[in-house]
Amino acid sequence: MTEPAELSFFARLWLAWLCFFRVLFDGRFAARVQEARAVRALPATPPPQAPAQEHAAEKRTVDSATAALQLLSLLQREGRLVDFLQQDIATFPDADVGVAARVVHEGCRRALREHASIEPVRGENEGARVKLDAGFDADAVKLVGDVKGEPPWSGTLRHRGWRATRLELPRLVGEHDAHVLAPAEVEL
Amino acid sequence: MSRYAVGIDLGTTHCAMAVASLEDPDAKPDIFEVQQLVARGEVGAQALLPSFFYFAHESEGPQALPWDPARTFVVGEYARSRGVDAPGRVIASAKSWLSHPSVDRHAGILPLGAPKEVEKISPVEASWRYLEHLCEAFDARYGGGDAALARQDVVITVPASFDASARELTVEAAIAAGIEKPTLLEEPQAALYAWVLAHGDAWRKQVRPGDVILVVDAGGGTTDFSAIAAVDREGSLELVRVAVGDHLLLGGDNMDLALVHLVSRKLEKQQKPLDLWQQSSVVHACRIAKERVLSDALVGAAPIAIASRGSALLGSTVRTELTREEVASTIVEGFFPQVGADARPVTRARAGLTQLGLPYASDPAVTRHLASFLSRQASALESVEGFARPAGERAPKLLHPTAVLFNGGVMKAAALRERVVDVLGAWLKADGAGPPRVLEGADLDLAVARGACAYALVRRGKGLRIRGGTAQAYYVGIEGAVPAVPGVEPPVSAMCVAPFGMEEGTEASLPPHELGVVVGESVRFRFFGSTVRRDDGAGAVLESWGEEELRELPPIEVTLPADGRREGDVVPVRLRSRVTEVGTLLLEAEPIHALKTDERWRVELSVRGEG
Repeated sequence: MTEPAELSFFARLWLAWLCFFRVLFDGRFAARVQEARAVRALPATPPPQAPAQEHAAEKRTVDSATAALQLLSLLQREGRLVDFLQQDIATFPDADVGVAARVVHEGCRRALREHASIEPVRGENEGARVKLDAGFDADAVKLVGDVKGEPPWSGTLRHRGWRATRLELPRLVGEHDAHVLAPAEVEL
Repeated sequence: MSRYAVGIDLGTTHCAMAVASLEDPDAKPDIFEVQQLVARGEVGAQALLPSFFYFAHESEGPQALPWDPARTFVVGEYARSRGVDAPGRVIASAKSWLSHPSVDRHAGILPLGAPKEVEKISPVEASWRYLEHLCEAFDARYGGGDAALARQDVVITVPASFDASARELTVEAAIAAGIEKPTLLEEPQAALYAWVLAHGDAWRKQVRPGDVILVVDAGGGTTDFSAIAAVDREGSLELVRVAVGDHLLLGGDNMDLALVHLVSRKLEKQQKPLDLWQQSSVVHACRIAKERVLSDALVGAAPIAIASRGSALLGSTVRTELTREEVASTIVEGFFPQVGADARPVTRARAGLTQLGLPYASDPAVTRHLASFLSRQASALESVEGFARPAGERAPKLLHPTAVLFNGGVMKAAALRERVVDVLGAWLKADGAGPPRVLEGADLDLAVARGACAYALVRRGKGLRIRGGTAQAYYVGIEGAVPAVPGVEPPVSAMCVAPFGMEEGTEASLPPHELGVVVGESVRFRFFGSTVRRDDGAGAVLESWGEEELRELPPIEVTLPADGRREGDVVPVRLRSRVTEVGTLLLEAEPIHALKTDERWRVELSVRGEG
């Protein structure tokens, strides 16, 4: 991990302001802050020299809530996903839902392909017999049905599963509020 | 000392950049992912940098980039998307303006319809900003200093049909962006370098002496033709660019627009007219539908669904489809019709008072432009070694390509490539030649950037170089001294100042004819170019010429400083031409009676036309 760049005065002021209230009202956050302060107090190992190649590719970690908001905003921008989910579709005929789904599918698919790589967890066809040895990755494979006994198991692949092998979200710059998933638009 | 070889495709709709390390002898050009604003406040890296420039409104605050938190404008993806909802503040197609002969390309004219508060910029500056963005993104990645893009071997591509002044302006933009050693390369040549690169040594099996490669490069905004001959010189293969086509503002954008008209008409039958924002969704949907239909013969129709602008999606999204027949009749028949080899582009008389705008090609048929190119260049090979016509054989009506290399986004569509090969095959058959082969290319969007980078390596002695020299011969117009008669223009003869095919770093001999310029005044001369007259040496004077032979270019201008001479005096000069290492044409006026050694003045090529 590289040392984060120094923040400007106003960025620090804003952060201090935010932290003040979160520490005050969010117990878990306060605990994490305390932890972070303790880690800092330990003798720090000197950060490894970043290779010239990565000079400016400073990887600022974005907290997971911001990343989730960003992803929503991306899917809205490219595929109107939030519009689609926020609308009550019960009263519309299937034909209308189908037409809207095309817009959503086309755009979200493009956004997903551009920013993430998604591959099936298992390469076999669904319905194929698969064997699971002891020590299989329980995060990646879920046992369903009559689950009992000892490995190795042999069963039928019901769902191939999906795994994201890459996720590259745009980087936030400036003081952009990630909570705005889509700005209101006013035509002049 | 340069550390990287860099190729930049400075395109009408997109820019791309490829990089290879000079420290690694086996390095191959890699596409550089360009960091850019992709939405408000969000930076992402993409292989393509859309050639769009957006003047942010004050209320939007700074358009921060990782390397500049206070920027007030945007280049790239976000600029392009703002082009849809705030079109008055966005510049598109700056490159087409850069080669526009009758506007002042140094004047702040873009965006054309900008509100008063926007301080418009010149076509040169727009190009400079795109290059500057590439420089900054490169430096952010490689650390600047010794590794700064400004200090690397940078090759920038231009259409083969760019005239001397558009080339010079491109170099001017590069230098303004800080690039110290730019070199120009013609895009179709870059495409061929990329093809050679992709095939390794195996390419020599596919191209043999006697081959003539036709490069058909159809990008978003322009279409460009070049012919490159493979020549056997003392046992080794040499590539020589023998002909280039006219500058055609005709490309994928025109094709998308044709489909948009079709789809809009269909949608308007169902509902109220589409707003501007929906129109742009139609453009996008049409492009996708077109690519699907043209690249997959099994797709009968592609659906098009257009959402409304508001947040409600259901009930207000309109739907239609583009059928295979519609795409075929609009794109394939509309832009690539099956025509005879004697077909010529239809020229439309321009109205007396045309609005200031780009000189788009008036005939959309690429195949007609191609027929015109091949027949204009029918004798292009005559003076090329190894291509001499056996005595007694009739002269061909067309230039005969033996192979075709496609480039540019438009040519990604298999149906269009097939059509070009079919039509070309029919023409060649009628003229007594065999059908052309197709040189299978690589990624048609990124080939030019890769090829430009490969050329930067070639310049350092790695691999085969395409020779060619200047794509045109240049002439200066001389008015005959005759008594003035009202209503009759004095006859103009054209004196060749730079012959066809002058190579980089060479100089043409001084023409014997003298021109008179007035001390202390700017004197303009009419200027012409020819892509077909190959045998005129410097000093050759043409009293008359075919309308198709010489094309008038923006005038050239020379200003003599008084400096030791009396103002108002007429000083006889000769024009000396030189092709610089960068690849631009340099014209200088040299006085017959010099006051000091090496006295000469630069002749400006890119002055505004008065036509």
